[in-house]
Amino acid sequence: MGKQIYKMTVNGQVKEVMAEPRELLIYVLREKLDLTGPHVGCETSHCGACTVEMNGMSVKSCTVFAAQADGAEITTIEGLGDPDGLHVLQEAFKEHHGLQCGYCTPGMITRAHRLLQENPNPTEVEVRMGIAGNLCRCTGYQNIVKSILAAAAQINAAKEAAE
Amino acid sequence: MIPAAFEYHRPSDVAGALSLLSTHGDDARVLAGGHSLIPMMKLRMASVEHLVDLQDVAELKGISVADGHVTLGAMVTQHSLIESAELAEAAPIVREAALQIADPQVRYMGTVGGNVANGDPGNDMPGLMQCLDARFTLQGPNGSREVAARAYYEAAYFTARADDEILTQISFAVPVGGYAYEKQKRKVGDYATAACGVVLAKEGALCTSASVAMTNLADVPVWSEAAGAALVGTDCGPEAVKTAVAAAVADIDPAEDNRGPVAFKRHVAGIIIGRAISRAWSRA
Repeated sequence: MGKQIYKMTVNGQVKEVMAEPRELLIYVLREKLDLTGPHVGCETSHCGACTVEMNGMSVKSCTVFAAQADGAEITTIEGLGDPDGLHVLQEAFKEHHGLQCGYCTPGMITRAHRLLQENPNPTEVEVRMGIAGNLCRCTGYQNIVKSILAAAAQINAAKEAAE
Repeated sequence: MIPAAFEYHRPSDVAGALSLLSTHGDDARVLAGGHSLIPMMKLRMASVEHLVDLQDVAELKGISVADGHVTLGAMVTQHSLIESAELAEAAPIVREAALQIADPQVRYMGTVGGNVANGDPGNDMPGLMQCLDARFTLQGPNGSREVAARAYYEAAYFTARADDEILTQISFAVPVGGYAYEKQKRKVGDYATAACGVVLAKEGALCTSASVAMTNLADVPVWSEAAGAALVGTDCGPEAVKTAVAAAVADIDPAEDNRGPVAFKRHVAGIIIGRAISRAWSRA
């Protein structure tokens, strides 16, 4: 099968891309849509650097074919915040030293974002279990866990204040 | 790591998927969550000319608990198994096992049908389904048939399913009594070095029925009839557990690999089986 036109909603915008069915979603995002936030780490669905949100699920985009993503709603790190308006999770990672080299960070934050949607008030253990599919070789995870818990607390406090 | 080219199909029902399989024969494979098949295609260990993606087949996505039976559609994800309150109530061992599979991202995509169907000895659901004496529904061009989980696995990646059939449904009686799924793995996301599922029932101080099945300790899942029999009529005390563990370990046939030599695997299996029995008994 040659190239097809696939339509997906990426970070709220409808995009059409030409790709072969066998192309991996991570390369469609990075090379065709210039969304280089999600990274290629292991490319074997272990490390989680390529994590994006697809139809309300955290997925490893190195293990999704372009054809599978046709019609999907996708959110990448670029859809969560930008340099002028960081997402609460991005602020928290900055504040609590949740990153060093930064390679795993887009995947970590995208995954943490989904986790907090499903479990807005996680325990430390639940955070650790929730990010078990994302590897970090710098931080030893302590500050990542701290960052996610801090972001959760901040989001919850803002929600309470709004009520 | 780009797989060979393929034709992609996305039927909206089982009939459509079956017709694609009939047309393309063994050049076609169905795709569920893809977290076994896609890595194999990337490594070019699996070659698939026609990929039949089941993501739009809504009839395969249901979980139902009725009349003492649990029915799972093949496309139910591990994540959905974990999130289902009625399943957690009826058969909490399924949730306990699913939580030990891979990692959150993989569990959003990975399905129970894919896990049991392809015959990978490392997968956890086949052993669990043998423990629960589940039945698999296979639909093919000439209708559907049921195969017991305990009769489905022939060798690694060889099963009772024919090339033109799709495993569509898994069903089992709501288990009674205590349960446990214990798994030893080297790291999150790894396959088991040894894993064991146990369900057992207790009346008064004695065990009245027991089922013991193991994962990744042979090239197929292993249901140990002898281990279950060794527990029935006992108080599941240390002596009874020891006898049952010895019976279970006699039924396995682990191979040496990067998880360790055979003697080590037998040792780990013994510990995991003993823990599973004791924990199931404590919950009975």
